[in-house]
Amino acid sequence: MDQELKTTCLHDEHIALGAKMSPFAGFDMPIQYDGIIQEHNAVRHAVGVFDVSHMGEIVVDGPDAAAFVNHIFTGDVRELEPGHIVYGMMCYPDGGTVDDLLVYKEFESGFLLVVNAANIDKDYEWILAQTGDFQVEVFNDSESWGQIAVQGPGAEDAVVRLMGVEELRDVEFYTFCALEDEEGGRVIVSRTGYTGEDGFEIYASPDVIKDLWAALMEDGVQPCGLGCRDTLRFEAGLPLYGDELSPEISPVMAGFSMFCKLDKPEFIGKEALAKQKAEGAPRKVVGLELEDSAIPRAGYPVETEDGTQVGVVTTGYHSISLDKSIAFALVDAAHAALGTPLFVRIRKKVFPCTVVKKRFYKTNYKK
Amino acid sequence: MSRIIEGLLYSESHEWVKVEGDLAVIGVSDFAQAEMGDITYVDLPAEGDEIEAGEEFGALESVKASSELYCPVSGTIEAVNSELEDAPEKVNEDPYGAWIIKVRMSDAAQLDSLLSPEAYSEIAK
Repeated sequence: MDQELKTTCLHDEHIALGAKMSPFAGFDMPIQYDGIIQEHNAVRHAVGVFDVSHMGEIVVDGPDAAAFVNHIFTGDVRELEPGHIVYGMMCYPDGGTVDDLLVYKEFESGFLLVVNAANIDKDYEWILAQTGDFQVEVFNDSESWGQIAVQGPGAEDAVVRLMGVEELRDVEFYTFCALEDEEGGRVIVSRTGYTGEDGFEIYASPDVIKDLWAALMEDGVQPCGLGCRDTLRFEAGLPLYGDELSPEISPVMAGFSMFCKLDKPEFIGKEALAKQKAEGAPRKVVGLELEDSAIPRAGYPVETEDGTQVGVVTTGYHSISLDKSIAFALVDAAHAALGTPLFVRIRKKVFPCTVVKKRFYKTNYKK
Repeated sequence: MSRIIEGLLYSESHEWVKVEGDLAVIGVSDFAQAEMGDITYVDLPAEGDEIEAGEEFGALESVKASSELYCPVSGTIEAVNSELEDAPEKVNEDPYGAWIIKVRMSDAAQLDSLLSPEAYSEIAK
């Protein structure tokens, strides 16, 4: 673990803003600038910007690109039109999750796979190992791209001011618009995010991303760190790889069957996922709501009334937007039904809670 | 730069102690609250509990993390600041005003092992 931390193209900017920095996925990343609550609320009620340049970009191109992506990905890209995006997972043959990712269907040809920072090398090796007889070129393009996420009800106005392109208002949810910077470099603006709010993610060269960040700061957009990125995605019911999805937690166990297109002829993990869906997964990720405001943290045991452990918290917070203590937990299927009364052990005490829907917060996507 | 108040004693785990006769009034330092960030929950013990020096008596929870509180002295928990249940942010706003518990000390000599403001300033950075 003594490997030197990588930095994003905005590292100097984070330091200059006085961000609290911490290692995340091998990068020295900003956790917060002005406080998690302030940053969280800026995204819910105004607009905030995140440096997400640590995310990975893997290109899949070549004559068999679509067939190959469909082979390794739970989503279906056969009918995907250029400029459209699909969210889904890559799975192992046993259904365990390699990663969750966005697949961008490019205008020219091929696909851009946007993957979690912690998984870039693992994913790249996994993808290469699956190519077999497919005529595809795969390359890890992560170093070429910086990325920022502009999120919140004010994101559309902020991005239009930033880019000077009024047409960006018409970019629909899970589609993107490809632009050019002054040097002819590619800029991708997609209507995507990880907060439960309307927003955009902008991919460009590191130099262009630095300029865009500076312009957003000038415009008064709240810089937001990974601290509130986690509270926002959690409230919106979105999984974090490593917590709610992992080699041990399949998309079906995590409650994301809708992103597994089991009507496709084949993809890696299909049989295992179909079996889990038909027979019921042994464990499931559920939402929990506590009566008390004690905070259930990742790793805390979930128990029945007689003290038998039936699960474990994967993510938990005192929700900033909802002002109550809520959690995701991986529990035995027998205790996963909505309304089931359970208990979370927090330090020396146990607190009653109820299984609830995972989408705690009503999302505000512009569809 | 965090504030350290004269006239208090400090623990290495960032609690402060104000001695009022044989009562020890206990809170957390400005350094500790700044490190924690926005505090959203204070886990308080029950009044009347016996506690040993070095024993955990509760926790502060920020959005991101929980941080256990350790009692610097042995004795009986005489009072808990239940105002903090509804207003945990007071620990951020006024760390030296927002006491957390008061302990009736059973061994005042334990105070000798706590840190002076000057000594504490060496570790609170």
